[in-house]
Amino acid sequence: MFKVTIDGIPVEVEPGTSILNAARQIGGDIVPPAMCYYSKLEGSGGKCRTCLVQVSKGSEKDPRPMPKLVASCRTTVMDGMEVKNITSPEVIEARKGVVEMLLINHPLDCPVCDQAGECHLQDLGFEHGSAKTRYEFDRRKFERIDIGDKIQLHMTRCILCYRCVFTADQITDRRVHGILNRGDHSEISTYIQQAVDNDFSGNVIDVCPVGALTDKTFRFKNRVWFTKPVEAHRDCDHEKCNGKVTLWYKGEDVIRVTARKDVYGEVEEFICNTCRFDKKKTADWVIEGPRKVSNQSVISSNHYDTLKPLPVVKTNPLLQEANKDQFERETRL
Amino acid sequence: MEPLSNKRKVIAFKPLNLLERTYLPEIAKGMAITMKHFFKKDVTIRYPEQKREFSENFRGQHSLKRDEDGKERCTACGLCALSCPAEAITMTAAERQPGEENLYREEKYAAVYEINMLRCIFCGLCEEACPKEAIYLDGDIVPTDFLRKDFIYGKDKLVEPPLNQ
Repeated sequence: MFKVTIDGIPVEVEPGTSILNAARQIGGDIVPPAMCYYSKLEGSGGKCRTCLVQVSKGSEKDPRPMPKLVASCRTTVMDGMEVKNITSPEVIEARKGVVEMLLINHPLDCPVCDQAGECHLQDLGFEHGSAKTRYEFDRRKFERIDIGDKIQLHMTRCILCYRCVFTADQITDRRVHGILNRGDHSEISTYIQQAVDNDFSGNVIDVCPVGALTDKTFRFKNRVWFTKPVEAHRDCDHEKCNGKVTLWYKGEDVIRVTARKDVYGEVEEFICNTCRFDKKKTADWVIEGPRKVSNQSVISSNHYDTLKPLPVVKTNPLLQEANKDQFERETRL
Repeated sequence: MEPLSNKRKVIAFKPLNLLERTYLPEIAKGMAITMKHFFKKDVTIRYPEQKREFSENFRGQHSLKRDEDGKERCTACGLCALSCPAEAITMTAAERQPGEENLYREEKYAAVYEINMLRCIFCGLCEEACPKEAIYLDGDIVPTDFLRKDFIYGKDKLVEPPLNQ
């Protein structure tokens, strides 16, 4: 076991663990944010640079600090390593720069975007970014693309984290989308907009940290913070899917189904497309209870701790009777 | 009883004299005060016809703004409804169809936008929350009505009239 100290908190981890995962074992504020790293996907990470940390002591044998900030998702721990994350002003400054770079080509159309409210880039921008942009040039523009009839791709919002490509590679059996072109011109695309029809293709929506890949069946239906997340499960026929999901209710209707996400916004288990897109009735599911949402999240605002809707005139016969003439009258007095 | 303080006054009732018994001078005094008010400036105004000048930060009825090309600014982002402490605002979003670009500014717009004026407390938080500068409480005092359902104002009452009219 290696002993690592992150922001002064010691932890013992297995050799080969990355600094990010060691920090996640401690938990709390000192966990570096990650936009591209996804613990469920092999080979992810190292692209977005938001998880930069400072290594102030390399290891017990070689105590020299690392000369530059390192990406914590791709750097494995050494015995006796000392890492500074939020205690280092250099890291905070660098992260602010990274957020600014990620937002350079981002259209900032949060009022329109369906991901707003559960978007990692939004959280990151709120936490680290500055309120104004220094970028004066035109942002890159793309037409939005339908990937199949259920998934929509807004390339303008993409931050090229490659998560969806890894998902398609590792979770589905055959990938038809990928990253075309190089450098500044790279974009997520399918060859001639070929439909992704795969049992697990819907998971690219969940892994996308921004609103680039969104659920077309949920498009503009409602804002995330007006819906009510409820944990539910069903017996799924698919052998790889165990049917544990989060249902997003608006009133009595299920308007969206997603996989359950943990504190780092990563899905716990991938779900199949039947569960995600086709089962949108309460009768299809066994309800477990309301999902716990953090108090900081906008999703928890104006939500009450009951499953039943609060009594309003519509459901209360007594109130309906009392307001009868109000409802029946057609013309103004 | 012995008084606790020496503030007590003993009132002696005097019988009224003749002039006082007729009450005429007192009536004349009272009438003079009344008549004086006929020639004073009115304190009140005739409200619906006349209106007082509002303060600059007066908050009245909401209006949903259009931009310089006459397109609706609101994109139904829901931040006004989220910020509303009285939960007076509801909306339903819809996607802009090709050919409607001259009506709505963004690809999403509010198909239904309702404010319950009975719930609204005119705090102006919706105005503050709006990222698109679409809603302002720059209207008049919300008129009275007789039925509760008539206080739910839809887009017909809230959206600004088009520019060319």
